[in-house]
Amino acid sequence: MLSVRHLIDTNSLTADDITQILDTAKSFDPIVNRKGIKKVPALRGRTIVNLFLEPSTRTLKSFELAEKRLSADSISMGGATSSVVKGESLADTIQTIDAMQVDMFVVRARLAGTPQKITENTDAIVINGGDGKHQHPTQAMLDLYTIREHFGHLDGLKVAIVGDLAHSRVCGSLAPALKTMGADVTLVAPPTFQVGDPSWYGCEQTNHLDDVIEDMDVVYMLRVQLERMEGAAIPSRREYNRLYGLSLEREARMKPNAIICHPGPMNRGMEIDAEVADCPRSRILNQVNAGVLTRMAEMYLLLGGEE
Amino acid sequence: MEQATLKAQIMDAAAMERAMTRIAHEIIERNEGAQGVVLVGVLRRGVPIAERLAAKITEIEGVRPPIGKLDISFYRDDYARQIMPVLHATDIMFPIDGADVVLVDDVLYTGRTVRAALDALMDLGRPKTVQLAVMVDRGHRELPIRADYVGKNVPSSHTEDVRVSVTPLDERDAVEIWESKQEGSAQ
Repeated sequence: MLSVRHLIDTNSLTADDITQILDTAKSFDPIVNRKGIKKVPALRGRTIVNLFLEPSTRTLKSFELAEKRLSADSISMGGATSSVVKGESLADTIQTIDAMQVDMFVVRARLAGTPQKITENTDAIVINGGDGKHQHPTQAMLDLYTIREHFGHLDGLKVAIVGDLAHSRVCGSLAPALKTMGADVTLVAPPTFQVGDPSWYGCEQTNHLDDVIEDMDVVYMLRVQLERMEGAAIPSRREYNRLYGLSLEREARMKPNAIICHPGPMNRGMEIDAEVADCPRSRILNQVNAGVLTRMAEMYLLLGGEE
Repeated sequence: MEQATLKAQIMDAAAMERAMTRIAHEIIERNEGAQGVVLVGVLRRGVPIAERLAAKITEIEGVRPPIGKLDISFYRDDYARQIMPVLHATDIMFPIDGADVVLVDDVLYTGRTVRAALDALMDLGRPKTVQLAVMVDRGHRELPIRADYVGKNVPSSHTEDVRVSVTPLDERDAVEIWESKQEGSAQ
């Protein structure tokens, strides 16, 4: 059993919670990768609504697949097709869906705090599928799973999170979760992309990727979120690529056993060079597979404890 | 569980050994040999029993039947009431299509575990037959399920707990009846 009822952020998760999620995800691996029927009846009869108020393809499809693999009944609603665009308040939308006997909401929203707010309007369990610049906890769990699969553990690993930290909910979830699990986190960003607080979650901070790349076990490249950029935070794509992009030259300086992660979708040629994205160190496709497994684990552990 | 007291030991190591020898012979007799027979232990205590049966079948027939481990956590009908982290995943490294599968468990009680195990097995393939071997049948079935091979029939009450210990998972081989204060739990 997890210590939380909803999965809103990773700060609330204990090391034991995270370990339970990763171990349970691991036990789903032989099921989703087997030749026979790739699903289990664990959540048969449970109803899950994927409320995606902000466009998303990979996260939504990953959740949908995870729900099918657990035999849950699920429907997906988007902002554009829901009554929110007709002027209905979010609280009314939630209460309307809630009246249909829903067990769980998976919420993706442009506004930070939306999933938390929804917990006040429903008896159902809420999973945050990414809210604004706040958190994306299910992304952090799949990242931790991917890293643990490679190294066998998380404690003591040196992890650099590189890029647009200020706009990044991925970093907002990943950094605290890594710290909880005993990893050392170094945040690498240009001054305009740094997190405001220099002692944020006890992470090291630097503006220079070249200073730290040789020490790292994991180099986690964030996507430069061109759609979230208000004004020009970086002078040019080319300069960003030169100073912060993961090039073949930088990849060659990494530790022999070090790996590269990226939450996707990638801007090839900006934060990561095309050849690096496909190199043997890259765990980017492993992350996609881990996404289904860890989301299955989160839904199973959160819904399984409910009468 | 916490205030349980030992009421009686009903099988010791020698009795369990004899029961397993007999079951191994029965499996061979029923299947006219060991060709095509696979043993699948239900985690956790079904697994060491399946391994012991496989060793005996190998001795008798000279053919070693493949052994698999089956985890039924995700197939239970009571997951909403008791959810446990799953640490021992299913491990069946051979095709079960067309095989004579002997499902092995320690105790047969309500039949719900076996129901879940059958569902889990069917999702992996289409066995020719599925047979059930248990060390103890303690009665109180809640589903139309019966065992093909039984180590010992042990009439029991709901307030009792029938515990099977098997080496190397446990320190020794034994079947014991414990009196528990609460309602006996369906394992």
